[in-house]
Order: sequence, then structure tokens, then C-alpha cells
Amino acid sequence: MKIVISVIGKDCVGILAGVSNKCADFGVNIIDVSQSVLQDMFCMIMICDISKLTVDFNEFADNISAYGKEKNLSIHAMHEDIFNSMHKI
Amino acid sequence: MLETKDILETITMIQEENLDIRTVTMGISLLDCIDSNIDKACQKVYNKIVAKASRLVPECEEIEKKYGIPIINKRISVTPIAMLVGACEEKNPIKFALALEKAARTVGVNFIGGYSALVQKGFTEGDKILIDSIPEALSKTEHICSSVNIGSTKAGINLDAVKIMGSVVKKAAELTKDRNCIGAAKLVVFCNAPEDNPFMAGAFHGVGEADCVINVGVSGPGVVRAALAKSKNLDITGVAELIKRTAFKITRMGQLVAKEASARLDVPFGIVDLSLAPTPAVGDSVAYILEEIGLECCGCAGTTATLALLNDAVKKGGVMASSKVGGLSGAFIPVTEDAGMINAAACGSLTIEKLEAMTAVCSVGLDMINIPGDTTPEVISAIIADEAAIGMINSKTTAVRVIPAIGKKEGDSLSFGGLLGEGPVMKVNTGSPARFINRGGQIPAPLQSLKN
Repeated sequence: MKIVISVIGKDCVGILAGVSNKCADFGVNIIDVSQSVLQDMFCMIMICDISKLTVDFNEFADNISAYGKEKNLSIHAMHEDIFNSMHKI
Repeated sequence: MLETKDILETITMIQEENLDIRTVTMGISLLDCIDSNIDKACQKVYNKIVAKASRLVPECEEIEKKYGIPIINKRISVTPIAMLVGACEEKNPIKFALALEKAARTVGVNFIGGYSALVQKGFTEGDKILIDSIPEALSKTEHICSSVNIGSTKAGINLDAVKIMGSVVKKAAELTKDRNCIGAAKLVVFCNAPEDNPFMAGAFHGVGEADCVINVGVSGPGVVRAALAKSKNLDITGVAELIKRTAFKITRMGQLVAKEASARLDVPFGIVDLSLAPTPAVGDSVAYILEEIGLECCGCAGTTATLALLNDAVKKGGVMASSKVGGLSGAFIPVTEDAGMINAAACGSLTIEKLEAMTAVCSVGLDMINIPGDTTPEVISAIIADEAAIGMINSKTTAVRVIPAIGKKEGDSLSFGGLLGEGPVMKVNTGSPARFINRGGQIPAPLQSLKN
């Protein structure tokens, strides 16, 4: 199962490292990353495989968005199907 | 491959533009609960609802997490209770209302709809008893919604029922006057009621439906308005195209959730209702869409035309996004549930007469309108008759959900809280239609009914 993790917030040192570490902690495999910095806003989209996820998906989603709040970032983990169904016929 | 801009668009819709799934409604047939002993029938009703819907709320919460999309309401619709009442020796339908209330609390849903009767062509004994009990049932429960279908294109309008419903609406408000007359806010009078509507207060599970189905209603006025705000220079054809494209995306989300809920609960997928359902949250308003198209204030000249365009474009966009479409399908214009409508009504731009015209081109009817507490039952009946006539002649669903604000007059405000919102008490024409209403009988079915 693939998920999309989106990270949006003010740019600072260590965002990518922090989120990747969280993913590694839960057995989430990062397949693709795209990121951009517009002025000082950081925006990153990660496509990840969660077939080896060590916890329930809900627990991971809660955990990663809590991490976002702690770092003043908006982080959401969502199943990729919502994007596929909305943007592909 | 997913594109970054698409992903960000979806996230913005959910986070900033109030996109949500308004309701996942489980329709449950109670025909197999009919029993001549009312206590046994009530027990069967309770047992069946709990058996079918016990996993509805937790599964919906799981889906919310999985896709990151809020599902605001989890609801149940049941077979019109009048059909069960008719079979019972003891004629006390309040027992059914209490059984439904208990079931709603056990499974944790927001509402159960179906305390209903279908009397477009005449009453059975069960229908009469149930209709008389509606005010008491709504005052003794919190989660029950009631609806009565008093007309259809095929049958005409049952004027006897119209007369009774005027008094029932008034009494429902009176019995709940210490709770902001909320009883009347949970009672809808329909013409051409759909049997698979997932939206309250008018949801019931039609007799032509399967034993148990999942119906989904989507929301998203905020998304449509935001899309229009970003594209200021389009001509009106471009506006229609943009609304269509946006409605497609919104409905796809509904289809995805409906399929997932149906698979998880092992219940067949019924329909997706192609709807733009507003909430009192600022930005999530159908009136603001009309204003974004170019009106100074909702209710001014041009409101009906822009609403017709919006309603049509929503259907065209949505119909391709879902494999099965049904319910009310169209834009809703409930006054107290829509921040823009509330403003327009408060400043005098939006009147009941304009709302009536708008109902000829949109999804439902005169919805969530506060009227003065001293409005007579005959005037309420005549408002219902007018609205039903629009539905009957145009072969569409229309409905009336007006709330007589007991003890209040024009210009005062009445607040219900939550999704039901709040709004000003609106002016009603007080000329008496009593002689018309008291004639009784049936308005014959129009020529439109002769299609065979």
C-alpha cells in the first residue's frame, strides 16, 4: 500500500532528515521525494510504501502529524487512492 | 504518477476550503420487523439496527484517517415507520420513536431518519396515527428525524395532508420551544421524496430499496467558491465548465468513500448524492458561490439564473464521477445552515418569495427558514402547498422545512447550534389562505404525470 506524506511549513535545517527518520522508525519505505522552497516556504511530497509498517496506519498518521505540530510544520499522511481518484479518470 | 500540484490541490481543498464528506448514511429496511405486538416490533427494530450499524461509526472513523478526509455525519435511514405502525394492535408509535432513539445512542450515529409517512395519494390508518404523533416524537427524542411526503407528480397533492402538516409543524415547534423550536427543524414535508436520500431531515429507506445499503452525500461549496475566486476573468460558459470540473473532483471523493465503506461494512453501495451542502462555517456557503459569480448579495436579481447554472453544472460534473447517482443531487439552499444566506436574509436582500423561486431550479425547497411564531397553521400549510406545486409540475423534489420561532417575531434571531446553524426570523405574507386549505381533497395529478 502506498501513501503520500505532505510537509508544508517555514524552511529550516533538518526537515527532510527529521521526517525521513520518523519514517524509518516505523518501517515506512520512501520511494520518491519532491521538494521545493518558494521564498521561505518549504513544501515536500513523499510517496512511501507502508507494506512493512510496524504499527497501525492510523497510529503512524497521528504520530507524524504530531511531529509536524512539534516542529511547526503541517504534515499529513494520506492513502494515495484519494489523489488517484480525484485527479485521474 | 501523481503530480505535486494535484496533491497540494487536494490538501488545500480539505484543509482550507472545508471539503468533507457530509454524510455516510446506512439505509436499513425494517419490513422484516413488522409485528402485531408493538413491543416485539420495537425490540426487532432495535436489534436489527444495532446488528447492521454497530460498525458504521468506527469504520467511518478509520476511513477518515486513511484518506485524511473528514466524514462529518454518520447516519441511518429506515423504512417509513408508518408502515410498521399500521400492523400493530396497540396504536402508540412513540414506542417506535423511543426504540429508534435508543438504537441511535447505542450505535453512536448523529441522526436516524425515517419517522415518516408517504401519503401523496391518501392515508392508511398507520399514516394518520404516525403523523399525529410526530410533534411528541420529536420533542421526546434527540436523534430522530421525520418526513412526510404529501405530493408527487404521479399522484398530485393530498390537500388533506397539507392541512394537517401545517398544524403538525407548528405543534412540533411549540412542544420544543424551550429548545429553540428544534422539533420543526427535524421535520420535512416533501413532494416527490426520493427513496435513497442520505441527507437529513428527509432521509428514509424506500420500500424499493435493498435490505441494507450505503448512501453517501458530499459537500464542498467552499471548494467551488475558491476555484471561482482564482479565475476572475472567465465568461459564464467558463464558469460553468470550472464548476463542472470541480464538482467532478468532489464527487470522486464521495465515490471513493462510498466504495470503501461499502466494502468494509459488507453492505452494497447504494448511491452518491451529487450535492453542494453548505455549513454555517464562513467560506462553506452556496450563497457565496453565487456572489462570487457576480451578485452583490444573494437574493438580488440574477440569483435564480446563477443558481440554475450552479445546480446544473454540479450535476453534469458529478454524474461522470460516480457509478450510481441518486438522492437529492443538486445545490442546497438551507438558510440557517449557510453563512451567506444568513447574511442575505438578515440584510433584507433574501426573502421567502425569492427563495421560493430559487427552489424551482435547485435541489430541494424552502429549507431551514425561521418564520414568526404567530404564523397560523393555514399559512404554513399554504407555503407547503405552493412548494409542492412547484415540485409536482416540474417533476422534481421540493420540500418545506420552516421553523415557527415561538415567541419571536420578524427580525429576531433563532439559533440551533451545530450544522443546523442560526438565522433571522423572516417575513411571511400573512394574508389568509384558510378557505383554500380547508377545502381539503386532492389536487389532481398534472398532465406531466401521463407519460406512458
